Amino acid sequence: MAHTRAIPSKKILFGIDSFGDIPKDDTEKLMTHAAAIRQVIDEAVLADKLGIDVIALGEHHRSDFAISSPETVLAGIATLTKNIKLASGVTVLSSDDPVRVFERFSTVDALSNGRAQIILGRGSFTESFPLFGYELTDYEVLFEEKLELMAEVLKEKPVTWSGTVRPSLANIDIFPKTESGHIHTSIGVGGSPQSVVRTAKYGFPLMLAIIGGSPDRFIPYVQLYEEAAKQFGTSAKEVGVHSPGFIADSDKEASDTAWPAYKLYHDRIGRTRGWPKVTREQFDREIQHGSLYIGSPETVAKKIARTITLLDVSRFDMVYGFGPLPSKSRLKMIELYGKEVIPLVRKLVDEATKKTT
Amino acid sequence: MPKQIHTISILGAGKLGITIAQLALKAGYRVYIAGSGSEDKIRLSVSILAPGAVPTTTEHAAQMGDIVILALPLGKYRTIPSRKLKEKLVIDAMNYWWEVDGNADALKNPQTSTSEIVQQYLPDARVVKAISHMGYHHLRDEAQAAGAQNRKALAIAGNHRSDVEQVSEFIDRLGFDPLPIGELHNGRQLEPGHAAFGANLSKDSLASLLL
Ligand SMILES: NC(=O)c1ccc[n+]([C@@H]2O[C@H](COP(=O)([O-])OP(=O)(O)OC[C@H]3O[C@@H](n4cnc5c(N)ncnc54)[C@H](OP(=O)(O)O)[C@@H]3O)[C@@H](O)[C@H]2O)c1
Repeated sequence: MAHTRAIPSKKILFGIDSFGDIPKDDTEKLMTHAAAIRQVIDEAVLADKLGIDVIALGEHHRSDFAISSPETVLAGIATLTKNIKLASGVTVLSSDDPVRVFERFSTVDALSNGRAQIILGRGSFTESFPLFGYELTDYEVLFEEKLELMAEVLKEKPVTWSGTVRPSLANIDIFPKTESGHIHTSIGVGGSPQSVVRTAKYGFPLMLAIIGGSPDRFIPYVQLYEEAAKQFGTSAKEVGVHSPGFIADSDKEASDTAWPAYKLYHDRIGRTRGWPKVTREQFDREIQHGSLYIGSPETVAKKIARTITLLDVSRFDMVYGFGPLPSKSRLKMIELYGKEVIPLVRKLVDEATKKTT
Repeated sequence: MPKQIHTISILGAGKLGITIAQLALKAGYRVYIAGSGSEDKIRLSVSILAPGAVPTTTEHAAQMGDIVILALPLGKYRTIPSRKLKEKLVIDAMNYWWEVDGNADALKNPQTSTSEIVQQYLPDARVVKAISHMGYHHLRDEAQAAGAQNRKALAIAGNHRSDVEQVSEFIDRLGFDPLPIGELHNGRQLEPGHAAFGANLSKDSLASLLL
């Protein structure tokens, strides 16, 4: 085994991630997009009170998600919270402009006294490409060049850059500057080895998006990240995991509440990608062996602790609220996560570390 | 006598290519693997994710394999070194994925399977469609020795019986029950939007969807 870092449990960060799915209100009606955004604000405020470390908001441009502009929502959260870090998850860099990304996040950083974070990535959907006039087939060059520029802009010094995907910059300074001189920026990666290598090349922290199948297959990816950093002479930073989940008082309540929402969510996306409809059996299997963290606080905590120790990561973000879940269950879930799951995960991780040392 | 299969070459070193390399190494095959560029670009990831596989160029890989597996984006099929694939047994594991391949009308034609388009481009190769319908994470998690309970199946479509037999044996050694479904044209049934796409099922259940 290659893992020797053994991160102490108190250093592990726990986050919640939302794409701004549309919840149901108390009368079982789907909320409006605007109400769904306000729901996320309430959830962030609750998470902050509970001491949850991060909230990350994804960027989507489709009717089933309310958040297309995560920074604006984060700005709203910024002035109502004290400690929680405010991240995107992910910012679709290929169809954005690195200069503007920096400007928006450094503004959130100002509003939040230094709590802004960026997670850059490809995202799991592609609707931003046609929307903003990019060709899907240009994905590689768009991401590669924009990442290179982003890395420069993040240094917060005058930037000189030229490439093919945006006008060049000659010794241009970008504002506002942050007080700390740096916005914490990671890259979100699915299963592509080349993306892991690229993250190491720029020395960014790595967020592994594990949205299906067992997390075990990512063990060598963490090793790849560290080895690649060595070869490039950069330094490997933190590694985190982002996976979907839902928590209720009992396993049965959790899976029975999550299933209909999950099915709607999955089948709707499946229609555009040519997947068949998802069955309850597959859902249950994914809970048992895969990457759905659904169940009672104890069940979910055990599963998270297993992943954290297995991959030796220092951050776990739970994507919550997929599909039309009742808004009340979402708030309850965050409460259980903050009050019960996180403390139990820390305890379990400590026990596992003791056993191996 | 058909040629004995000892060496597998994989064109594409991404999610699927690396997973197939891992399974093939475990089954005892010699494995060559190539990405879009030079072998240096993939050397590190191959050495860590599929240690034992030999990183190389597509040209060299195509030449070396007893079976050559296509695991690159379908939209790039015209970059496949066709002259090196004369008379070779080729497994087409590619799917038309509009989010990667863009909106390519030719690949969406409901009359032909995408594997037939690939076969037209590689007229001298023996193309068999396989290892295309199951997600790469399932391939990795579900591979099991022959006879295991709950073993999963992979469908195979090809025009020549002996090719399908050879691919069947290969798939069996990778850890899945082979399920021949007839001619290459039938590969259509495994494509996105069709019944078996995404299927992670036992042989019987898969057969009931397809046969
Ligand atoms: N992912 C799955 O679960 C799955 C399952 C079944 C079938 N498939 C099919 O398998 C294929 C690959 O998918 P993937 O998910 O593995 O994609 P991926 O992770 O993006 O990997 C694609 C690989 O192909 C390489 N490549 C690109 N252009 C090439 C070229 N002209 N010649 C040789 N290699 C080239 C890429 O190399 P560079 O990095 O150098 O560009 C990369 O290594 C697709 O056709 C897909 O539909 C995927």
